[in-house]
Amino acid sequence: MATQRITTKERLAIPRQEMPSQRADVRNKNFKEVNLGYTAELAQTEALRCIQCKDPVCIKGCPVNIKIDQFIKLIADGNFLGAARKIKEDNVLPAICGRVCPQEDQCEKACILTKKHKSVAIGNLERFAADYERETGNVELPTVRASTGKKVAVIGSGPAGLSCANDLIQLGHSVTVFEALHELGGVLVYGIPEFRLPKEIVKSEIDGLKLLGVTFITNTVAGRSITVDELLKEEGFDAVFIGVGAGLPWFMGIPGENLLGVYSANEFLTRVNLMKSYQFPDNDTPVFNCKGKNVAVFGGGNTAMDAVRTAKRLGAEHAYIVYRRSEAEMPARLEEVHHAREEGIEFLMLMNPLEFVGNEQQWLTGAKCLRMELGEPDDSGRRRPVPIKDSEFILPIDMAVISIGNGSNPLIKQTTPDIEVSKRDTIVVDINTMATSKDDVYAGGDIVTGGATVILAMGAGRTAARAIHEKLSATARPAHD
Amino acid sequence: MLIIITFSPYRKTEKPLSSYEIEKQMHKIVSAIFLAENIKKIEIEAPRIAKKRKAGQFIMLRVGLSGERVPLTIADSDPEKGTITIIVQGMGKSTRELNTKVAGDTISDIVGPLGTPSHIEKFGTAVSIGGGVGTAIAYPTAVALKKAGNYVITINGARSKELVILENEMKAVSDEAYITTDDGSYGFHGFVTQKLQELIDSGKKIDYVLAIGPIPMMRAIAEVTRPYNIKTMVSLNPVMVDGTGMCGGCRVAVDNQIKFACVDGPEFDAHHVDFKNLTDRNKLYLPEEKQSAEAFAHKCNMQ
Ligand SMILES: Cc1cc2nc3c(=O)[nH]c(=O)nc-3n(C[C@H](O)[C@H](O)[C@H](O)COP(=O)(O)OP(=O)(O)OC[C@H]3O[C@@H](n4cnc5c(N)ncnc54)[C@H](O)[C@@H]3O)c2cc1C
Ligand SMILES: Cc1cc2nc3c(=O)[nH]c(=O)nc-3n(C[C@H](O)[C@H](O)[C@H](O)COP(=O)(O)OP(=O)(O)OC[C@H]3O[C@@H](n4cnc5c(N)ncnc54)[C@H](O)[C@@H]3O)c2cc1C
Ligand code: SF4
Ligand code: SF4
Ligand code: FES
Repeated sequence: MATQRITTKERLAIPRQEMPSQRADVRNKNFKEVNLGYTAELAQTEALRCIQCKDPVCIKGCPVNIKIDQFIKLIADGNFLGAARKIKEDNVLPAICGRVCPQEDQCEKACILTKKHKSVAIGNLERFAADYERETGNVELPTVRASTGKKVAVIGSGPAGLSCANDLIQLGHSVTVFEALHELGGVLVYGIPEFRLPKEIVKSEIDGLKLLGVTFITNTVAGRSITVDELLKEEGFDAVFIGVGAGLPWFMGIPGENLLGVYSANEFLTRVNLMKSYQFPDNDTPVFNCKGKNVAVFGGGNTAMDAVRTAKRLGAEHAYIVYRRSEAEMPARLEEVHHAREEGIEFLMLMNPLEFVGNEQQWLTGAKCLRMELGEPDDSGRRRPVPIKDSEFILPIDMAVISIGNGSNPLIKQTTPDIEVSKRDTIVVDINTMATSKDDVYAGGDIVTGGATVILAMGAGRTAARAIHEKLSATARPAHD
Repeated sequence: MLIIITFSPYRKTEKPLSSYEIEKQMHKIVSAIFLAENIKKIEIEAPRIAKKRKAGQFIMLRVGLSGERVPLTIADSDPEKGTITIIVQGMGKSTRELNTKVAGDTISDIVGPLGTPSHIEKFGTAVSIGGGVGTAIAYPTAVALKKAGNYVITINGARSKELVILENEMKAVSDEAYITTDDGSYGFHGFVTQKLQELIDSGKKIDYVLAIGPIPMMRAIAEVTRPYNIKTMVSLNPVMVDGTGMCGGCRVAVDNQIKFACVDGPEFDAHHVDFKNLTDRNKLYLPEEKQSAEAFAHKCNMQ
């Protein structure tokens, strides 16, 4: 395609290319991926929409500053592998970020076209390039520097840990990743469902790290199986990176939360995704049988959307999102809300649960809720929901999933008291280096920020890797092969 | 501990490998013997856990790649030999499948030690009560109580003589050891609660009670000791998934507050536990458990 000759006006005349997806009434009964991905033709057409700004503001919107203008140009030119490699200079997990990044709040929000037209579909293009590279078997192993003889332990195999491991191994350090569960990938595996992020993709990214020489050790809980001090003093690691994510689901503290049929989103999603209970009894782990039942998910984030769409796929008759504020305030990605609605999810906004009620056998039968209306803006500038008097009613449900966020898992804190934590138990770091208050110990991702995003966790892992490398290089012998 | 080591042309490290990197991939079963009908004692290679574990802690294992994560107390360990011992009662599919394993077989995933260790101190006179397979769970804590200098009394209950387990082991750590059977076929005829009441009535000053067994038993023990204000701990067995505090599925109500048994427990003060809620919650998957167990029994019959 002759990209040079197309005028800006012509570029702007091209409509944003829609992402092909499975039909809503089909996909809400299966766990296959919803989005099917661009074809080469769609990708090139979309890439032509980018006007190749002199000052590409989109880059500033990306937390890891992918060279967006350059990779999009490569796609427009038909150099898809080149595009994938350009992206990988800054983002080690593009197939994942292209799928799950909240683009409309980041790169695409910053794109110059957003003001007058629709933004360039940066996320979709990123996904296309990464998928192309993987599916055509052209993934190129980066070169790894000569060994420095230094060893780094990474705790947790979520996006923060994986990106930190990736950078350090390339810089020539030996890296061992310790994971508590029996599978690698963190939230990418146990939280985000197959229909949004196929586990094959996560696996292939991790296989790439194994090829580079990263050692992965599953079934090891830092703080229980081994402590940070033991890693440094007994196992000979020169530095430790902590990327254990946000664990510990919050409950609402209302009566009836221990009734049968009330789940945390973490438990529900872990049973379904990690333990594959949607394939019960072929897999041994069961989950609440949603078939023909009414399920309500309390919350408005990505986790809530994943839980409610999972319940629908497991056969729920009615699958509700119950949220305290209005739809505009929901923190979930727009695409997910849109997909959820298409799939028949019912949104009950401005509604606050007061109590869960159950039958004699202690099975959940309903949620007593209060209707709310929007009042004055609060400190965050969002209009605060206030209860409407005498508006209580009972929403009949058989299963409730609580998805109001996570606190921090206390295991590391309990066993490594010299790592400073905040009031909310998140680990305190210097944001330029991700160094904790303890020598040679770094941290990043959700354990530092509280529940955030994949790309921010990745960025934190990279920042830490750079700082660890500098620290270790200062004491390393000159490298030789 | 499943270790995935890749031999890569890139991998060059001048430092010696840490003990983790040279550990074996699978956990081999060293010995497996039935202690009573349906109750098997299994010794497994798990050097790191053997070294690290304390009384009251547990592991989670998966029998196969499509298996559940099953929590099991570490009944004993041999740090020199690098093994841990679990004692398993065949309840449903997972535990029955585990009990078909013999020496030489391997287990793919074992994680631990999990849970907060038992609080051990010199209380004075400590009574350890085990009901059924609960005896296996009480055993390591009884050992630790003895080591801490307590006068240890053990009461171990079973339905009948054939189901009594660990009799000699318990005797070895006890200053006084009692066996009770529901049908009177061995030892004291009656429940462990009756034996405990008898001890209290005889004027013995009891400072601490640890009770582990079926929920109705633990609940009944709590009621025996409550009027005398004897500190009583129980080990709870809610359904668990991850065992690391991430899912909240194992939550129990203690003093009307939500506690996660896998990290805050599994031992809790019996006088504050909501046993009714625990009983109810453990029924959550009854139909599915039945379905799995039947399918497994069917498969066994076919072979
Ligand atoms: C259901 C759900 C949907 C989401 N959807 C999106 C989305 O669409 N877009 C987006 O950008 N973000 C999304 N997020 C948020 C995003 O997944 C997280 O911000 C991100 O995964 C954090 O990465 P992390 O590496 O810090 O931690 P995690 O991904 O949580 O990984 C931490 C890892 O450490 C392990 N671990 C924990 N404790 C220990 C220990 N003591 N020892 C050893 N290992 C330990 C855990 O098992 C886990 O594997 C979602 C989150 C959830 C739960
Ligand atoms: C901390 C802890 C320590 C334990 N220690 C021992 C032990 O040393 N020896 C022993 O024989 N048993 C022990 N148990 C109980 C054992 O984990 C269950 O018997 C086992 O999980 C049942 O699985 P199943 O598939 O064989 O039976 P199922 O048919 O699935 O269930 C039978 C019963 O076991 C319970 N159960 C089911 N799944 C789980 C699960 N994932 N986690 C916990 N309980 C479950 C339920 O109450 C259920 O009604 C312990 C449990 C806990 C929580
Ligand atoms: S990583 Fe996320 S924010 Fe950055 S360009 Fe890709 S989709 Fe946009
Ligand atoms: S801001 Fe938009 S149009 Fe400009 S370079 Fe970035 S993606 Fe292209
Ligand atoms: S088993 Fe998941 S939090 Fe305890």
